[in-house]
Amino acid sequence: MKKLVVVGNGMAGVACVEQILRHCPKFDITIFGDETHVNYNRILLSSVLAGEKSDDDIVLNGLDWYQRNNIDLRLGVRIVGVDSQAKTVAGDDGSVTSFDKLLLATGSVPLIPSIDEVKKDGVFVFRNLDDTRALLKRCRPGLKAVVIGGGLLGLEAARGLRVQGCDITVVHLMEWLMERQLDATGGSYLAAKMNQMGITVLLGLSTTAILGNGKVEGVQFKGGGSIPADLVVIAAGIRPNVGLGHEAGLEVKRGIVVNDYMETSHPDIFAVGECVQHNGICYGLVAPLIEQGKVLAATITGNKGPKYEGSVQAAKLKIMGVDVFSAGEIGDKLDGSEVIRYEDPALGIYRKLTLKDGKLAGVILVGDTADSHRYMDWLRTQKDLGRLRRQLLSPGPAEDAGMDVAQMADSETVCGCMGVTKGAIIQAIHEKGVNTVAQLKECTRASTSCGSCSGLCQSLLKAVVPEFEEEVKKTICKCIPFSEDQLRDILHGQQLKSVQEVLAIYGNGIGCEICKPALSYMLDMLWCGDHDEDRSARFINDRVHANIQKDGTFSVVPRIRGGVTSPDELRRIADVADKYRVRMVKITGSQRIDLLGVKKSDLPKIWADLGMPSGQAYTKGVRMVKTCVGTDFCRFGVQDSTSAGIELERRFENLFTPHKVKMGAVGCPRNCAEATVKDIGLVGQEGSWQVVVGGAAGKKVRKADLLVTVETTEQALEAAALFFQYYREGANYLERTYDFVERVGIEKVRKETVYASEAAKQGLLDRLRKSKERSSDAWLERDTLRNPTQFVQIQPLDEVFA
Amino acid sequence: MNTTWVRIAFCRDIPLREGRAVKVGNREIAVFNLGDRFLAVENRCPHKGGPLADGIVAGASVVCPLHAWKMSLETGRGVNGPSASSCVETFRTRAEGGIVLLELRDIRGQSQAASGGELAAMCLQPNDVPAITDYPSTAEA
Repeated sequence: MKKLVVVGNGMAGVACVEQILRHCPKFDITIFGDETHVNYNRILLSSVLAGEKSDDDIVLNGLDWYQRNNIDLRLGVRIVGVDSQAKTVAGDDGSVTSFDKLLLATGSVPLIPSIDEVKKDGVFVFRNLDDTRALLKRCRPGLKAVVIGGGLLGLEAARGLRVQGCDITVVHLMEWLMERQLDATGGSYLAAKMNQMGITVLLGLSTTAILGNGKVEGVQFKGGGSIPADLVVIAAGIRPNVGLGHEAGLEVKRGIVVNDYMETSHPDIFAVGECVQHNGICYGLVAPLIEQGKVLAATITGNKGPKYEGSVQAAKLKIMGVDVFSAGEIGDKLDGSEVIRYEDPALGIYRKLTLKDGKLAGVILVGDTADSHRYMDWLRTQKDLGRLRRQLLSPGPAEDAGMDVAQMADSETVCGCMGVTKGAIIQAIHEKGVNTVAQLKECTRASTSCGSCSGLCQSLLKAVVPEFEEEVKKTICKCIPFSEDQLRDILHGQQLKSVQEVLAIYGNGIGCEICKPALSYMLDMLWCGDHDEDRSARFINDRVHANIQKDGTFSVVPRIRGGVTSPDELRRIADVADKYRVRMVKITGSQRIDLLGVKKSDLPKIWADLGMPSGQAYTKGVRMVKTCVGTDFCRFGVQDSTSAGIELERRFENLFTPHKVKMGAVGCPRNCAEATVKDIGLVGQEGSWQVVVGGAAGKKVRKADLLVTVETTEQALEAAALFFQYYREGANYLERTYDFVERVGIEKVRKETVYASEAAKQGLLDRLRKSKERSSDAWLERDTLRNPTQFVQIQPLDEVFA
Repeated sequence: MNTTWVRIAFCRDIPLREGRAVKVGNREIAVFNLGDRFLAVENRCPHKGGPLADGIVAGASVVCPLHAWKMSLETGRGVNGPSASSCVETFRTRAEGGIVLLELRDIRGQSQAASGGELAAMCLQPNDVPAITDYPSTAEA
């Protein structure tokens, strides 16, 4: 078997190997990668930086794939020499490997502009997973970070760091952002969106020096100005990594020169990806690399025939809530071209088409990229647009995505990254029996890169496979066209602090009884309590801190932590019940006391007379911890569940949660306080605690899942805290823990809470602590009314006769 | 019909996008601050008598806190599924010198009975429609 050596374990090299594996004859394949990771999706590094994806999530081909295909994978080995006569490559580990065919897929390296004293502690590039990890290790909320470069990569890095809480300034040399993909107007729309996310953008500034003595303290600009910085990310572009091309004696200009068959100037050496130059162009985006790989696979396996004829340059900015798409020619100066524009500043939508000879030459979309695939197809096929002239900027019947896909031609590309056409997907569905999105990804690789075509893929499946069950995009309500997951991502790191602002920008500007409380919760959680509280967006219970009853009166449940009270408290409760003629005094199922039938206007007075904190019995918040008498009195108790429960309640009380949270702590497995059917339960055993989550004994009955078993009470409380905050951050509004745990899967919950990295755990605990610090007993509002009429019924100013 | 404009509250006492109940004679009226205007309806949901003044305002509608019936504050008509064939009485309002005024039909004479009669004729009697479940109004200790 002939020996194929691949230098580079990135997206282009491995995608090409995937194609080669589909051809005959077979090769004996060795892949060298100087990074120590298996093939991963570089495009999603910004999502890793933003903490939305883990390292594992972005793996494209795991170790098992290499093994299955008998590929010898050498990670952490940098190839430093190529002998094109002897046909060997030399590694920096001293190894020499011979080849029959050599494939160079060495990608590119970050372009470092000439800046004085650039080598300082705190200066980073953002190119690979190790860079990302280093950045993640360094960044923390409040850190001043400066990103040099306002292109795709720089903006995605900026957004990731913003999500991590850094104060971000993007410094860009040119007059507008993404100047290679956008015109000045498009750039200004994009800058406005970045500003909304809390990112400062400085344009037309050339960075001349990094300030600081050994450690970054600021950056200086041409002309003398400077800004402070604790961290600098250089994302000023990339240049093809062509060192080995020179070594091998290949023709190299900016990149390694290849012809239409992806052949270099040496018959047994090939090159693909960002390191090559085809027809004078070096490509830096993923779709062309995939196209090149397909051609190269044919050539290298002796099936020479398919030609690579260049790609239409297209770019999509992958920042949630900031839609930018650009393809083809973007300048206004194209001879004989016409430009068609549409702008809506209020909605932040900008569209520009450049036509030449009745055909599309270029497109810019900001704010709404739903039609990008249609324009991309017009560009690729050079469709004559004469007949469509009146509909160029108006989308087709976009309401029904099924219609849209039906109108697509088979040759139209669905997945621009992986170069998968509609025809290829239909073929996979018919011939390979594909009927889920996961199978479609596996089979065609469609939607495995940036993921922006996943909607189209679903629509296709829906249209072609009768039994396809759509993965429904669940929006909160009709007011906002986003799912809660998406919305959390969008709002994360933005400056929007109030429900009305969110509705104005991402919704219909009005809102309803469903989304307003959901958004109220989300903002409170995201800002750790430092949001602009708008009581009009809260349910009445949260305006007056009591539970409305069928007759418009309210119920009052004071906090009795762990169900442990005192004669004094009981006397006060009894006195209050008498004084305000409470209609019913009821022992609740939660070891508390409910005073029912209270008038709204009496609430503040009752709270004052009780002198006890709110039990939050009326809200989606922390209810209570039910406890048994543990080791204090019980003959069987092996853990002090009473103290543990009281402490648990004390740590979480006054916080809002997606739905109510009821907890329990028991001192032995007899489970007298029913901890195993609570949202969070602590179950004492001899010498240890079991922390269980997701239990229920309401509309649904569910035994809680074991989160972790730990030795000390403090460890148990910490495990509970990790889960509690994880639920607060990840659950949809009105989703109880038992639904949340089932949806996410307890394994993943464990992995992301008690078994998460120390940094991730600390993040959860820090955010919980911050929220807790800002929270307070709602009943103290009796002394600091939100407004003078919060609890009263208004009396007319004029006398009215009945 | 005789009508009277009654000064009922200071504008500032009704927070933006919230409602407040005002006792006028022997009936309760819910007055809402919509930012650019005030709207008023009877403070009694046609479903189970819930206090509409305590509801969440959604545009020019209010959602009853008991079972989420949604009533238009402009027309008084129900606007979501179960409430669609019901309505509440509406009242004209105007704001003047920081004060909200409410127009009342003459409530001392027989015209009150007449207005009650009109109301009964205008609105279909609410059927006992099952409450909307999953609305965040159920909370127990």
